[in-house]
Amino acid sequence: MSAVFLISALSSILAVALICVFLFVNGLPAFGKIGVFKFLLGTEWSPNDIPPQFGIFPMIVGSLYVTVGAIIIGVPIGVLTAVFLARACPAKLYKAIKPGVELLAGIPSVVYGFFGMAAIVPLTDSSILSACILLGIMILPTIIGLSESALRAVPEQYYEGALALGAGHYRSVFFIVLPAAGSGILSAVVLGIGRAIGETMAVIMVAGNQARMPKSLFEGVRTLTANIVIEMGYAADLHREALIATGVVLFVFILIINLSLSAFNAKHGKGWG
Amino acid sequence: MRKKMFEVFAAAVTRLAAAITLAVLLFLIVFILIKGLPHIKPSLFEFEYNSVNVSLMPALISTIIITFVSLLIAVPLGVFAAIYLTEYAGRGNKAVALVRITTETLSGIPSIVYGLFGMLFFVTALDWEFSVIAGACTLAIMILPLIMRSSEEAIKAVPDTYREGAFGLGSGRLRTVFRIIIPAAMPGILAGVILAIGRIVGETAALIYTAGTVAQVPADLTRSARTLSVHMYALSGESLHTGEAYATAVVLLVVVALINAASSMAAKRLGGKM
Repeated sequence: MSAVFLISALSSILAVALICVFLFVNGLPAFGKIGVFKFLLGTEWSPNDIPPQFGIFPMIVGSLYVTVGAIIIGVPIGVLTAVFLARACPAKLYKAIKPGVELLAGIPSVVYGFFGMAAIVPLTDSSILSACILLGIMILPTIIGLSESALRAVPEQYYEGALALGAGHYRSVFFIVLPAAGSGILSAVVLGIGRAIGETMAVIMVAGNQARMPKSLFEGVRTLTANIVIEMGYAADLHREALIATGVVLFVFILIINLSLSAFNAKHGKGWG
Repeated sequence: MRKKMFEVFAAAVTRLAAAITLAVLLFLIVFILIKGLPHIKPSLFEFEYNSVNVSLMPALISTIIITFVSLLIAVPLGVFAAIYLTEYAGRGNKAVALVRITTETLSGIPSIVYGLFGMLFFVTALDWEFSVIAGACTLAIMILPLIMRSSEEAIKAVPDTYREGAFGLGSGRLRTVFRIIIPAAMPGILAGVILAIGRIVGETAALIYTAGTVAQVPADLTRSARTLSVHMYALSGESLHTGEAYATAVVLLVVVALINAASSMAAKRLGGKM
């Protein structure tokens, strides 16, 4: 029976190996056929032209824009909400807000997308801005949940020490407790980045999805994820391979983000939370 | 004076942020309910889906089937893996480090990448075509890290005195695991499983190119089927069926709320026991 347990434990290794092999084997040939630089830095994506153009730079830029925008909106609100929940919230209110935040975390991305289509797009069009606002909302529960537990993990003596030195309540929280929870909050932000860059359905429904270089916040944009879902249904041959290669680029981005976080945590210790 | 000003300012911003979060939550829920509730009709729950009545019943049934099959694959794997990591693996075991790294990697992979992989591996390489089983296998890999981590934490939380007591009474390691440790850790494992159900119910991107989008109840596991979320995405593309899409959103919201309530109940039982 212990062999069964061991094999089960190895299943995650097998899964990662299979995912890597199948993505790379199917996606890497496109890099060779299109040319690495033409593919990654080409600004024109027109798979139906003759000859077809497969440049995913607009999508890379698109993914970066919406992710940065989501972080700018989601992180301050999320971290401050976490401070409120961990340090300023009356117990009764907490019992109402906490399940609400958990509900936000569980709402499917299509529902967010549909909400965005109906409530945000009429105000800001199908644009980068709409996607940033919606993604900012979607990463809130991740940021709030993890930041809150990081804040709660800071030993109470830190706060009390600050108070004893004459700092006020919020000064102690913002200048002593918050920095002490720094690495936990950083993890929260990195997970938020991962969620925003990997989000697909909600972004498709509000971002407009034009595969060209965006010039302003109010223009439509297509992300890497959107590119895959929108065109995979009818793509064939090199087009299909280019889409899989788009997935490879996304996968590598995510790996880099996650590995740098683990490296950072390994170097600086996990801190509190 | 400056000290006072900072306190007032900081109190204001934190309250404002919390108020924004709460407002967004309320607006979202009220918005969906107001738009969706009027469209909840008995006809939406008819067994047959056709172009006149875009019933969500087949999608609801398919959701249950796909959830069940995914759990059937992922829960034993995840729980057994957790047992290995907590009860069997020795200190400094190299395999354990690799398992942890890969589990972390898995939990960071976006669902569209799972979808691509499922399409390349299950649908194309294994030639399962768009099918319930291809979708369920893809989702099983996706929820595996969640099940593993929550089971591991639940098992770790079982006090060592339980193990020592069982060993002292002459029970072997395996019997201790199945008779003592798993039952004691059950609420925590369950809470993880319920969260996994939530992820499956909400998933779209990983399913479109693995389970496909057929809107009928699948006759068997080799047929294509769409879950509620996929159903909703398909409807949102057709301006004719906006009302039905809102109604589906309401159903999804209710399901998510129930799942969350169940999960926190299970977690509370764990807290009470230990």
